[in-house]
Amino acid sequence: MPRAALLLLGLAWSFPALAADAGATPWWVWPIALFAVSFALGVVAVLAGVGGGVLFVPIVGGFFPFHLDFVRGAGLLLALSGALSAGPTLLRAGFASLRLAMPLALVGSITSIAGALAGLALPAHVVQTALGVTILAIVVLMWSAKKSEYPEVAAPDALGAALRLHGIFHDPATGRDVDWKVHRTPAAIAAFAGIGVLAGMFGLGAGWANVPVLNLLMGAPLKLSVGTSGFLLSVIDTSAAWVYFHRGAVLPLLVAPSIIGVMLGARIGARLLRVAPAAMVRRLVIALLLVAGARALLKGLGIWS
Amino acid sequence: MRQSDSHVPHEQLVYARWLERATRAGFAALTVAFLVYAFGVVEPHVPLAELPALWALPVDQYLAASGSPSGWGWLALVGRADHLNLAAIAVLALVTICCYARVVPLLVARGERLHAALALAQLAVLIAAASGVLSVSH
Repeated sequence: MPRAALLLLGLAWSFPALAADAGATPWWVWPIALFAVSFALGVVAVLAGVGGGVLFVPIVGGFFPFHLDFVRGAGLLLALSGALSAGPTLLRAGFASLRLAMPLALVGSITSIAGALAGLALPAHVVQTALGVTILAIVVLMWSAKKSEYPEVAAPDALGAALRLHGIFHDPATGRDVDWKVHRTPAAIAAFAGIGVLAGMFGLGAGWANVPVLNLLMGAPLKLSVGTSGFLLSVIDTSAAWVYFHRGAVLPLLVAPSIIGVMLGARIGARLLRVAPAAMVRRLVIALLLVAGARALLKGLGIWS
Repeated sequence: MRQSDSHVPHEQLVYARWLERATRAGFAALTVAFLVYAFGVVEPHVPLAELPALWALPVDQYLAASGSPSGWGWLALVGRADHLNLAAIAVLALVTICCYARVVPLLVARGERLHAALALAQLAVLIAAASGVLSVSH
């Protein structure tokens, strides 16, 4: 795993030199490089339990020659593809709840459209700087956030009860059937409004924020939160992706090899889940985000162009 | 029926079935379209060799320099390899709309008016985004 990390960082570090001379580099180098990096990101993202988009946008935006408009469009489609692929299994197994997702997805998808429109209207260096700040904030969140397997919810709030946000979660690992309900629904809806803006503006899949809101704020079981977060991405990212699509910010040569690479990488990552050391992979992802976030921030400020 | 299916609402299982089929179709279309594009089977609208000079531009400048359309304009160029890929990507972006459209009648039939209204509102948002009316060029 350290070798994979070094390879990934080495690859990423060699791209700015190539990118600076992008005109002289044959076009086919870039889809192959994108496929390789996306494949590695797919492996790492599954092992660390994050969406590929949160790694893809700062790394490809920071170290590849593509304009950030196209990278954000690709990031959204990358996160969308992963969510669409995982969705059927999560929904069938009861690891995702359609009812829990519905009101949150509605708010998140509306604000993701607003975020996408704002992101495409702002100057690139402003978006780049804000992206750097956001990624560094995600590093802090990932480093410090706690998790609760089965949070205690004494009583559902009125809105959660009206929306019937409750159910039975069957945990195959323990064989237990867990009755779950949620509280603080209005606060969670407000949080998803913010998450949608960030997802649309920066092209990030927002699993890093969805899970803490569902698990720690609303009190949904951890596995249900992770699964429902994956499903939510498929709705929220679809709305923002259409904005990028219609504005012309979808470059097939960037999107297709990235999606194919991350999907294949995710399959390998899923096979490695049993043997890979989870804590070390998580530290690796945090380190990658730290470097990519710093790069985005410094690039946005014109310090490291 | 699997063991866990007994706790899973019917509309969720239907959603999962539609999601699986539509996603498979989308990925298959994208893979074929990309191979056609990358191996030069069909001419693209923007030649591959010219892309490195264009992809570092902001999207508005890219569209102007490459003569590429925005909105649904790509449909007129779907015979070109790059826009054929856009069609495959559009299929992926339509998957969620199809799935929501399928569960609305199920929720209505079960008398779940609140959830049916939520699903209808979601459908309206997704269709508005997909229609392009929200993506006015600046």
